[in-house]
Amino acid sequence: MMIHPEEILETINMVSNEHLDIRTVTMGISLRGCSHPDIDTFNENVYNRIMYYAKDLVKTTNDIQNLYGIPIINKRISVTPIAIVAESCDATDLTSVAQTLDRAAADAGVDFIGGFSALVQKGMTPGDLKLINSIPRALASTQKVCSSVNVATTKAGINMDAVALMGRVIKETAEMTKDNSGIGCAKLVVFANAPEDNPFMAGAFHGVGEPDCVINVGVSGPGVVNSAVRALKDPTLGDISECIKKTAFKITRMGEMAGMEVARRLHAQFGVLDLSLAPTPAVGDSVAAILEAMGLESCGTHGTTAALALLNDAVKKGGAMASSSVGGLSGAFIPVSEDQGMIRAVQRGSLSLDKLEAMTSVCSVGLDMIAVPGDTPSSTLSAIIADEMAIGMINKKTTAVRVIPAPGTKVGDMIEFGGLLGSAPVMPVHNFSSEQFISRGGRIPAPIQSLTN
Amino acid sequence: MSSSRFMITVIGIDKVGIVAGITQVMAQYNVNIVDISQTIMDDLFTMIMLAQVKDESFDLSAFQQAMSEKGSELGVEVKVQHEDVFRFMHRI
Repeated sequence: MMIHPEEILETINMVSNEHLDIRTVTMGISLRGCSHPDIDTFNENVYNRIMYYAKDLVKTTNDIQNLYGIPIINKRISVTPIAIVAESCDATDLTSVAQTLDRAAADAGVDFIGGFSALVQKGMTPGDLKLINSIPRALASTQKVCSSVNVATTKAGINMDAVALMGRVIKETAEMTKDNSGIGCAKLVVFANAPEDNPFMAGAFHGVGEPDCVINVGVSGPGVVNSAVRALKDPTLGDISECIKKTAFKITRMGEMAGMEVARRLHAQFGVLDLSLAPTPAVGDSVAAILEAMGLESCGTHGTTAALALLNDAVKKGGAMASSSVGGLSGAFIPVSEDQGMIRAVQRGSLSLDKLEAMTSVCSVGLDMIAVPGDTPSSTLSAIIADEMAIGMINKKTTAVRVIPAPGTKVGDMIEFGGLLGSAPVMPVHNFSSEQFISRGGRIPAPIQSLTN
Repeated sequence: MSSSRFMITVIGIDKVGIVAGITQVMAQYNVNIVDISQTIMDDLFTMIMLAQVKDESFDLSAFQQAMSEKGSELGVEVKVQHEDVFRFMHRI
């Protein structure tokens, strides 16, 4: 037999016991041809265009899942940032566009649709402002729509007016979805250096440099990496890095194969393979558990940033060797609510918001799925965003903030979101004011790192 | 897809009749065995077969369902997966 039985059983064990899965197959669809001054015509164009490309997405993905015996957990759609394609609409409120996206997502049978988005790192157009102002109502009146706003890049600096605005938008979104613990905020991301081909939600959108229709695949497997690291006997950190790299290589190869087959069957271009260690609430499927397997007593203690840097780098190296189409975020995610190990670390006092911020300087994304007290001022939320954007801008990397100021909650409460979003312990923020700093507005100029030409 | 070859794995507690039961279903669906290996690993009966399908109208999901039904009858876990998943993961 060409493949050794032990290798076959290793693969089967990864799926059966270690939660290896293809986390998402995300179809990117360009809506650039849909623009129209009349919002109803525009909405109809958007719906028809999405259904034209995505009608067979779920069926095809399910076929691939059965063919290879690898679970494909989510099927998603990302579209061109709505602020761009709806710029020419006469309407001032874009909530109906979000509802159209929601309807298309439901009819196509996908889990989420991303792209209720705006890119405002250097300034806002009237269309951008319309979209951002529509976000709270849009997220409160839809189930599957995800929204993102890019407020900073290394090339442009940080748009502090947008940062201030997003603090207020997050508060308002939480208020409008307060019956569900502010769940609207779990579908809203503020970015620095947002990738245009990321398949993961809530930050996925279809960038303007992308083709008409593209398949991006997100593969995950913190459980597999966790088991592989724990199986090592008294390893050095070099051994751990090597082990993570090899595991990442195997996972990526599998994901690329499945993704290319989905794209081929749907006559779409294959975009990127995003290997990101995205934890789930399942026991053992945890990034914190990997860090603890390296020898930390509890995630968040001294040494956590170093361990995470090792993990993130080894994942990227393994992925880069396995596929020529690695893109998106590709690294380790640290969403608190979705990771049992992170939740436990917060509850026993080893992991704070400040430590999480430090960790985001060495891993992909940023402050993710973090609940803060409901009475947190919007200027404090904006200041949290500003800090995170600064880390992204200076380090030429993607950072993001997805924070939930759940109305009526205080430090120590648990907020339940259910499903993959998990449950979040409410974490303390600093009580000293950032109000004056945030209200100054304007821009933080592009850093010296931007002068590369 | 580069071929229509499938890896069939059967794992469970050893007993009389596993091979007979499983291969009978395969014969019904006209699935040919290219290679077969059977051993006891960690006290578990482990059979791995590389199987080939030539029939154009082969219904994979019906075959998978029949195989897992036979598996639960015999108290073993049966998986039918395209061989590419193993080739891509373990070979460059």
